Amino acid sequence: MTTLTRPVATAAPHPPERPAARRRPRLRLGDALVPVFAALAFLYLLVPIAYTVAFSFNDGGKTNLVWRGFTLDAWRNPCGAPQVCQAFVNSLQVGVVSTLLATALGTLLAIALVRFTFRGRTLANLLIFLPMSTPEVVLGAALLAQFLTVRVPLGFWTVVAAHVMFCVSFVVVTVKARVAGLDPALEEAGADLYGSPWQVFWRVTFPLLLPGIAAAALLAFSLSFDDFIVTNFTSGSFDTFPKFVYVSATRGIPPQANVIGSFMFVLALVLVLAVQVVGAARARRRRAA
Amino acid sequence: MSLLTGLGAGGAVTAAPTRRPPSRAYWWLLLPGLVYLALFFVVPVGALLGTSLYVPVPGGDVGQYQPAFAVGNYADALAQFWPQLVRSFVFAFLATVVTLVVGYPVAYAIAVRARGRPVLQGLLLVLVVAPFFTSFILRTIAWRQILADDGFVVASLQWLHLLPEGARLTATPFAVVCGLAYNFLPFMILPIYASLERLDPRLVEAGADLYASPMTTFRTVTFPLSLPGVVGGTLLVFIPASGDYVNSSLLGNNTNTAMIGQVVDARFFRLLDYPTAASLSVVLMLAILLLVAAYVRRAGTEELL
Repeated sequence: MTTLTRPVATAAPHPPERPAARRRPRLRLGDALVPVFAALAFLYLLVPIAYTVAFSFNDGGKTNLVWRGFTLDAWRNPCGAPQVCQAFVNSLQVGVVSTLLATALGTLLAIALVRFTFRGRTLANLLIFLPMSTPEVVLGAALLAQFLTVRVPLGFWTVVAAHVMFCVSFVVVTVKARVAGLDPALEEAGADLYGSPWQVFWRVTFPLLLPGIAAAALLAFSLSFDDFIVTNFTSGSFDTFPKFVYVSATRGIPPQANVIGSFMFVLALVLVLAVQVVGAARARRRRAA
Repeated sequence: MSLLTGLGAGGAVTAAPTRRPPSRAYWWLLLPGLVYLALFFVVPVGALLGTSLYVPVPGGDVGQYQPAFAVGNYADALAQFWPQLVRSFVFAFLATVVTLVVGYPVAYAIAVRARGRPVLQGLLLVLVVAPFFTSFILRTIAWRQILADDGFVVASLQWLHLLPEGARLTATPFAVVCGLAYNFLPFMILPIYASLERLDPRLVEAGADLYASPMTTFRTVTFPLSLPGVVGGTLLVFIPASGDYVNSSLLGNNTNTAMIGQVVDARFFRLLDYPTAASLSVVLMLAILLLVAAYVRRAGTEELL
């Protein structure tokens, strides 16, 4: 088994090493301009995050509009503002359920679309592409029109149904790339070694697709967790975190919302950096071996 | 289990002496997802079309409608709200241009300049996706407060006489376009990065070997090869930006920044005017589909599907 895993791991679609890339060209004006410009763009991207984190430490009372001094109050009592924690927990629940469903449906679709040619494939591709090329406000309005027509009470499940719908397409696109890079010979080898199709899937296909599936699941979760427009149309009185923040924007957002925003930011950053470090270490070990 | 036989893509399983008819396994892979999309995308769009043709129940309460075939709803909705519709597309277009101008150099810096330094590349990519980790509404509100009339930025710009006395940054079309561009910038950077990352550096070297200036090499080699990323990025920015109403309602005012999404939202929830909201949604969807189809054809990358 161990002899099998190594070639399998290296067969993953990594771009070939390009020693030529290390050669540095002469210094030109453009050489300096690009990094400076990129640094400014990063500033543009990160300033509002810094602001959000800074104001989670503000002693600003309920409205949190002007800086009134440093305090840890909101961090000590993140559920201090009414409903903010409930909205956060709701968002987490919606995110987890939608991610699981969308990832399962999307992965199956991706495998079928890459591995099989069949009549109606173009139609299937179109059906997957359309939700991505429809603005959220239309998706939300369409679902609301549907829910109103069949008189479904709005709440947790209508929000999940909507989130799964717009996440599936993104999962398909993400996993498809991974399936396309997968050498069918590996699965054939599994079958040659008398693996049942079930065994071949769980021991060969699934582990090789896992990075793609994990990336798709992360994408689906972040899309669901951060969604406002579709949620606003399909949730009725059910509150999610973005909806809570939007609604309270008119009278001032409690610093607890900034605490939760900052907490999620740090958590995600740590997770992503951990994955990066592990990946880099594994790559180094592989090169050493 | 038979649904997995096809996974070997016609490998040893089907090549065995007991050759079975071509596998129909893909149906079982396709069915759940396609049925789901039919139920929660196709059917709702149908309901939207139906609702757009409803008429009020005669003598009924506000918000009560009955099925009809009132095509005139579309004419009424367009006659009243065409400025918001046009403005949505103009704002979305401007935001797309801004993200392209700002995002391309970032993608280039990460993919080409940082090539061969995986740690730096990883770190920069994390910074690009970092905004996804905080709620975009919190970030949009942060912009509103950073650019507020009594804020530091406005005061500094006025002190430097770059902004006339009494002028403001929030509640302007400028703020809305910047907010849209800010929110969708990562969607532009990532596809362009993916294209540039795959670019073989030897092609650029070949350009230099043939005595092309760096600018010429960029124009004739690098940029055309990154075009799939540019096309993908512009679509990923333009489509959601044209339907967005978070930026226009948080960073705009109610007179000259209202976008079509705001109208749809208000018609649906505050005025219970479902037919108008639905017909505006249908128009928005069709307009975007036409624009996207024309654009994709023009750009010649139909492999997007």
